Amino acid sequence: MPTIAAPAASVEPAEAQRSPGYWQSVGSRLLADKVAVGAGLVVLLLLVLALFGPWLVPADPYQSSMLSRLKPIGSPGYPLGTDELGRDMLSRLMVGARLSLFMGLTPVLCAFVIGSAIGILAGYAGGWVNTAIMRTIDVFYAFPSVLLAIALSGALGAGIFNSLLSLTIVFVPQIARVAEAVTAQAKGRDYVEAARASGANAFTIVRVHVLGNVLGPIFVYATSLIAVSLILASGLSFLGLGVKPPEPEWGLMLNTLRTAIYVQPWVAALPGAMIFITSIAFNLLSDGLRSAMDNKA
Amino acid sequence: MSEPADNTDRGGPAQPLLTIRGLTKHFALKTGLFGQGGGVVRAVDSIDFSVLKGETLGVVGESGCGKSTTARLLMQLITPSAGEVVFDGQTVGGRDLPLKEFHRQVQMVFQDSYASLNPRLTIEDSIAFGPMVHGVPRRAALGRAHDLLARVGLAPARFAGRYPHELSGGQRQRINIARALALQPRLVILDEAVSALDKSVEAQVLNLLMDLKAEFGLTYVFISHDLQVVRYLSDRVLVMYLGQVAELGPSEALFNAPLHPYTRALLGSMPALDPDHRTEAAPLAGDPPNPIHPPGGCRFHPRCAQAAPVCSQRVPQPVAARTVHAAACLVHEPGSGHPMALPAARAA
Repeated sequence: MPTIAAPAASVEPAEAQRSPGYWQSVGSRLLADKVAVGAGLVVLLLLVLALFGPWLVPADPYQSSMLSRLKPIGSPGYPLGTDELGRDMLSRLMVGARLSLFMGLTPVLCAFVIGSAIGILAGYAGGWVNTAIMRTIDVFYAFPSVLLAIALSGALGAGIFNSLLSLTIVFVPQIARVAEAVTAQAKGRDYVEAARASGANAFTIVRVHVLGNVLGPIFVYATSLIAVSLILASGLSFLGLGVKPPEPEWGLMLNTLRTAIYVQPWVAALPGAMIFITSIAFNLLSDGLRSAMDNKA
Repeated sequence: MSEPADNTDRGGPAQPLLTIRGLTKHFALKTGLFGQGGGVVRAVDSIDFSVLKGETLGVVGESGCGKSTTARLLMQLITPSAGEVVFDGQTVGGRDLPLKEFHRQVQMVFQDSYASLNPRLTIEDSIAFGPMVHGVPRRAALGRAHDLLARVGLAPARFAGRYPHELSGGQRQRINIARALALQPRLVILDEAVSALDKSVEAQVLNLLMDLKAEFGLTYVFISHDLQVVRYLSDRVLVMYLGQVAELGPSEALFNAPLHPYTRALLGSMPALDPDHRTEAAPLAGDPPNPIHPPGGCRFHPRCAQAAPVCSQRVPQPVAARTVHAAACLVHEPGSGHPMALPAARAA
């Protein structure tokens, strides 16, 4: 019998090595992406506003003043003007970040958890379980998301909780479909077969071999929904189905200021600009994350 | 590894380690809205064979002949449509031998070394996964992984913490072998395990496989389309054609005196280095027929150089698992009506 050839790889110096983990290398690639870093800084700033806004504001965002209504941008004491009740716009926009981001992020987060669970279950189980789950999901998916969100919110009634709930229901099918697709793909890979061949049960295989390979792509998809969620949440508030006055929220502010569009168009456009900047920042960050994760090797 | 290989040898050396009876897999073709109608692909059609203790059984055939489906059936990764797999006297999946225990004793190495390793797990975690599933504590499982890495020729300090994409194909296949051995199996199914490697690396891995077999007392089912490699490695060879066993016999006998015209044609496609040993048989022409509608009679008759009218009428006797050397061919079936067949019984 022939003897074993010298091991091919032991010629190089032996050093105890531990390669950087996957998320570590994704992080370093993300930091090399200037656009993503810029978007990330904007997101960070918005999160700081959302968390600490009430302590950072120059004036009381609820304090109205009949004498100084609809001041233009750059008025003394009111750097971004005032709204239709004479409240300081800068302070209201800063404090508004909290509710607006909360309304935008929460449904996506909830839908990420629920949709991933449903999609991974359907994708891994396959067969009739998959058919039953995915055809049910398709029923929801068939509605345009704006229409579905408004219809659900209208049926459930106005309020923060109900609009969060309806937005979650809107996003669950979308995330579940992506989760199902990537899970079904991962399930067909040889390493899952090898894990089955070692006698592991389905739960262990999903935990060790499937989750690590599917949560990334699902997460990237979910981050791309944040912008949509922000806009839909603002839209619901604009329609009077979400946040109630006098709470500062960008969508609601856009609504109450719309009558002033001919008097102070720049002031009236400010909440819209905030929504715009926020969704762009989240989208660019999501794009950066996607390309950082796509990169193999 | 310090522990001796598992030797729950129940039936003694004479009892086959693995016995396959009437193993069949038909894949339904889904055409209608609810998958009704359509035909079936007869990927594996009622095959019988056994794997003896300590041998290497080579399985050869063209692509699409059911080699890989057979491997997955043996591994219980797909459910057979019919037939049973008996492991050392115990029916797999039965009360005596639950699937999980069967999987501890039988492992598989896949062709695609990259796809068969989880890209998010380090090498040591990939190898330690199997033992941990079977209740080995993490530290002990990692220790076993390091031992096996050293055994397959990869320095643990250098490779244990790495990810699959950082390694070459040969290194990855060594890791796949180490993973298969981590459960201390008795039978290893090698499904085209060296086919994707370049020739020099392939030779190294083959030598490693032979050494490991001797060291751990393993039994191999070696599936390949590479006849030279099968000849070098195997004690016995099983030739498959369109989901059926065409010929089964000891390696030397089968390569020197093939019985089935298909085997002869396969060997004819093998480049011979020695001009004195060149085969006269014509190499195979065309593609194998569609397994959805296999030809009637002998499945090989449309491509067979010795086909007679009877071949499209009569189905040859299947190869029995216990024979030493036999082919499913009417030429070798006395009294079959084929002009070349003997009228009386003839020892195979």
